Amino acid sequence: MKKNSYIIFLILAILTIVLFFADLVFGSIRIPVQDILSVFTGNKKDIITSEIILNLRIPKAITAVLTGSSLAVAGLMMQTLFRNPLADPYILGVSSGASLGVAITIMATSILPIAFTHNGWLLIISATIGALLVLLLVIAVSFRVRNAVSLLIVGIMFGMIAGSLVNVLQNFSNPDSIKLFVMWTFGSLSAVTWEYMKILFPVVLIGLAMAFSLQKRLDGLLLGENYARSLGIPITATRVLIVIATGLLAGGVTAFVGPIAFVGIAIPHIARGLFRTANHRVLLPACVLCGSSLLLVCDLVSQIPTHHLPINTVSALFGAPIIIWIIMKRSH
Amino acid sequence: MDNYEKKPLTPYSPYPKMKNLLSAYNLSIGYSKKKNNYTVQSDLNLELKAGELVCLIGPNGSGKSTLMRTLSGLQKALKGDVLIDEKNITTLSQNEKALLISMVLTDRVDIDNATVYDIVSLGRYPHTSWWNGISKNNDEAISNAIRMVHLEHKTLSPLSELSDGERQRVMIAKALAQDTPIILLDEPTAHLDLPNRVEIMLLLHKLAHQTQKGILLSTHELDLALQAGDRIWLMDLQKGVKSGIPEDLVLNGSFNETFESKNYFFNPSNGNFSMNYDLEKSVSVSGDKTRMYWTLRALARAGYKVIPEAAIRIVITENEWVVQDKKVSNIENLLNVMNTL
Repeated sequence: MKKNSYIIFLILAILTIVLFFADLVFGSIRIPVQDILSVFTGNKKDIITSEIILNLRIPKAITAVLTGSSLAVAGLMMQTLFRNPLADPYILGVSSGASLGVAITIMATSILPIAFTHNGWLLIISATIGALLVLLLVIAVSFRVRNAVSLLIVGIMFGMIAGSLVNVLQNFSNPDSIKLFVMWTFGSLSAVTWEYMKILFPVVLIGLAMAFSLQKRLDGLLLGENYARSLGIPITATRVLIVIATGLLAGGVTAFVGPIAFVGIAIPHIARGLFRTANHRVLLPACVLCGSSLLLVCDLVSQIPTHHLPINTVSALFGAPIIIWIIMKRSH
Repeated sequence: MDNYEKKPLTPYSPYPKMKNLLSAYNLSIGYSKKKNNYTVQSDLNLELKAGELVCLIGPNGSGKSTLMRTLSGLQKALKGDVLIDEKNITTLSQNEKALLISMVLTDRVDIDNATVYDIVSLGRYPHTSWWNGISKNNDEAISNAIRMVHLEHKTLSPLSELSDGERQRVMIAKALAQDTPIILLDEPTAHLDLPNRVEIMLLLHKLAHQTQKGILLSTHELDLALQAGDRIWLMDLQKGVKSGIPEDLVLNGSFNETFESKNYFFNPSNGNFSMNYDLEKSVSVSGDKTRMYWTLRALARAGYKVIPEAAIRIVITENEWVVQDKKVSNIENLLNVMNTL
């Protein structure tokens, strides 16, 4: 690793910590840093402040970090696996699969009592199942379709089928459940309570641990499948492991936060640009830090207007121009 | 020690001490689809020895790539065995294979931000732990490999700034860093210009002799293969693979048999293909040897057959051509004079 890489890592780590605290300070009410520190040290000033900090802002900031890391790392793995700069878990249909799961739960159960469909756990489980089902289909196809580009197209098609099924469901649903579903698709970092965090945190941790353990194989995959095989990399097993890790990271996060596009594509490119390397031992932690920072910034920005903007809208404002820039750069 | 003395005498071989690194016995290669086998070649018996550069040549469709893939274990043999280091390739794990055979493929490698060092270091894959830390040992192997292909000055250059010839040398360095007794190269000189083609072939020849690796490459470059290859595997469309020293295969007519065509013939006197022109007119030529060779080429293109008793006589002197008592200073003028006869 180059010497200035350590400096960039240090700066990124400090930036992430500063943004994390900024995310605690700013919100619908501004809470001074001293008050936040006093909450941590236990000198509770008033119950409302500590309630906001402990049960709203801290889980939200942690969720931003987990979401940014997960999507960025999942995106990096997909781009390496498919050797395609525009690949990311969304292209493989994960978010469409999650949407389908949520749509089925929200709309198909609209005949049931409202109380049942408001159950957050039900949403989460159905989104995760939807995401994993699509991923399992993609894995099944990956055994037969050996060509990475074909697999990418199959993934897009799965996403389209899931999207169409969602549209069909919307046609038969009542306005209330459609609104509920649309709200979910906007994405929200504040949906994750401590109760949900107990699931999200370990799921993301397992996914990240898998990704980091695959870093050497990911380096080898950059040479393409044939070269990778000649280096002794078990291609099929590696593919399956990458897809499972991606499923845990992107599927888990999508289930809890809603579909957030563009982060998975954009962050790996930012990380590559900052560190000027292709080495996953550098890029994986870089994606974690850059992804966390970007999501924290998105969350801060989304709180500037009096009515909070959906996080998905803000991330698109950041991410979409980066994708246009990548395509322009490639076409030279 | 006793064993050595009891060993029976073996017939003379030009490479007496060389170890057999890779061998194929009664090998059938091809593809199997839905229980149907499509055999491309059958009953191949081949040996690749240490310190030997073997060039696999043959017309398109004869199965060069299929043979390379089968020998490297990327594809299953339809029949017969491939032995590496006296072990059957089917019994080797992927990592064991990676420690025995390294490959240079035609797949284009484009990695953003990757330097020459990064690419070559990937060759260390089978030798490093899961987290791929670069130990001093590895660093040395990588630097050595880069030095062997003469790219020291480009060690930290990004791949995107290299020429095609340099890229190919990087991939060869990657194979060297993998530190295997066998290197297989699939058309390593394709897409390169002549100076680079010659350089790659010379490099591979030198590497085989210096490092005692067995190097097998497939190529379309006949003249280069004939000059650099210690051995040629000549692949025919129907008749399997002939293995031999290039010169023997030239003299016994194997080349002409394999590349038989109405339009050209393999010229044993210069190791090249010559076109078959319609030769209707005749001429006799005598004189300086080098200039004779080029004069004959020009005459053949103009439709002249060379026979000693022809009516038109050309004499090549030290600095001129004399035809029917006319003196000319170059071949163009010579042909002009001949046209007026």
